[in-house]
Amino acid sequence: MELSPEVRIAIVCIFAALLIASVVSIVIQRLNPDRDFVELRERVRTWWAIVGIFSCALFWSRTAAIVFFAFVSFLALKEFLSMTPTRRSDRRVLFYAYLSIAGQYYFAASAWYGMFIMFIPVLMFIWLPTRMLMIGQTDGFLRAAGTLHWALMITVFSLSHAAYLLVFQEGPTPRIAAQFPSELGALYPGAGLLLFLILVTELNDIFQYLWGKTFGRHKVAPRVSPGKTVEGLLGGIATTILFAGILGPKLTLMGPWQSLIAGTIIAIAGFAGDLCMSALKRDLKIKDFGASLPGHGGVLDRVDSLVFTSPLFFHFIYYTYG
Amino acid sequence: MNSILRPLFFALIVRPLMMVVLGTNVRRHALLPKEGPALIVANHNSHLDVFALMNILGLKPLASVRPVAAADYFMTRPFRRWFATRIVGIIPIDRTKSRRGDGGHHPLEPISEVLRDGGIVLLFPEGTRGEPEKLDAFQAGVAHLARRHPEVPVTPVFMHGLGKALPKGEAILVPFFCDVFVGHPLDSTLPKREFMAQLSKSFENLAEELPPKEWI
Repeated sequence: MELSPEVRIAIVCIFAALLIASVVSIVIQRLNPDRDFVELRERVRTWWAIVGIFSCALFWSRTAAIVFFAFVSFLALKEFLSMTPTRRSDRRVLFYAYLSIAGQYYFAASAWYGMFIMFIPVLMFIWLPTRMLMIGQTDGFLRAAGTLHWALMITVFSLSHAAYLLVFQEGPTPRIAAQFPSELGALYPGAGLLLFLILVTELNDIFQYLWGKTFGRHKVAPRVSPGKTVEGLLGGIATTILFAGILGPKLTLMGPWQSLIAGTIIAIAGFAGDLCMSALKRDLKIKDFGASLPGHGGVLDRVDSLVFTSPLFFHFIYYTYG
Repeated sequence: MNSILRPLFFALIVRPLMMVVLGTNVRRHALLPKEGPALIVANHNSHLDVFALMNILGLKPLASVRPVAAADYFMTRPFRRWFATRIVGIIPIDRTKSRRGDGGHHPLEPISEVLRDGGIVLLFPEGTRGEPEKLDAFQAGVAHLARRHPEVPVTPVFMHGLGKALPKGEAILVPFFCDVFVGHPLDSTLPKREFMAQLSKSFENLAEELPPKEWI
């Protein structure tokens, strides 16, 4: 795909940051040989794999990057359905749920907004329970239909908004005029927006973690996630907004003010998404959604904040510039 | 066994299927035998069980891995027979014969032969896939084998999830992660009844590791 210079620079910066993280993780292991940093090193190594594959897909083509997200959705849905109880009679219904991934990402790839936005919340919302009716088992109907729809909303509908950013184009009469950082950026604004969303979401997690580790005193959600503190939340949000305000105008079509608003949305929604997945795991009495990403847990453990930030950020952009 | 198609099938079809479409969550991989002779005892929910297990054991020992399967099911139609013996490499055992036949051979003799040759034998002592994800009573053949080969380690493996992905009588595969919990090797010196009690106990303990999630 034609990537604008600012997107290329951002990708190089991410690789540089990973390099630093790798060096730091090796150095602190050398300095503290008796403490075990295996998880940290696994975490960094997995990040290399994620960033490596994603950048390759992005450089290759827009469709490849969208297929990458479809695959992430598939893995996340598989984790979700493997961890939650399901009725054996609903096997065929689950099969349709998997098929809907192909439909949803096809609508994203072809920039068919109307279908993209109604396919899962309307069509699948009606079709999956109808298919359940055809099987005829009424025991646990609400639980099965509700769980499955939530699974699709989280793992497919939400995440596909990140992919849709890639095909986003400025509308004919935007509410606010876009300020493109480069000519190529004006032709293909999607990659910059997507990179902004992912960078700010992931850094928000890290900022909140670091602030909490350093200054954390007062628990913010003791029953859901005892590690989260008010200090971590506020410090993280402030740092994220600041970072978004600096990054936005350089990388995306947003001006400084829009970038600050986007930063606020992502910081708060990211926190909520993270907590929501924690609550879900507590309810299911599991620690992680899986073990496919060494050092992180499952795919759903990695994209937990993104589940809430991507649709909100997308609609902010769509409302402002679409 | 087909020495070219068999490794190709496991490397190019079974491996991607198990790693991408389905996915396995293995606990205590290190307890699995690395080389034969060895006996692996697993519960049976789906045709996929045997592929999941063989995939986890890896491609290196593949040539010596032999699942035990029912002759009265797998040896009937020509293609099924070819696939079962040449590609999967089953040891066919006739479930209908439980006593010594006319030739005076013990019905489990083919398994003993493979064990003497240093093979890794996969045994599903429930005897049938049965109702998915329900443990049926174990057949006692495994106790006979353990007594006949006290030097061969018997490793219990509890599998869960594939009965949902592809249960008996279904043609559509639905992706699910499957859990594979490897237990500690059993004591082969015990008499039949105690051995079977030990086997059941081991599977009960392994099954308790599952997160609580069943509705129906």
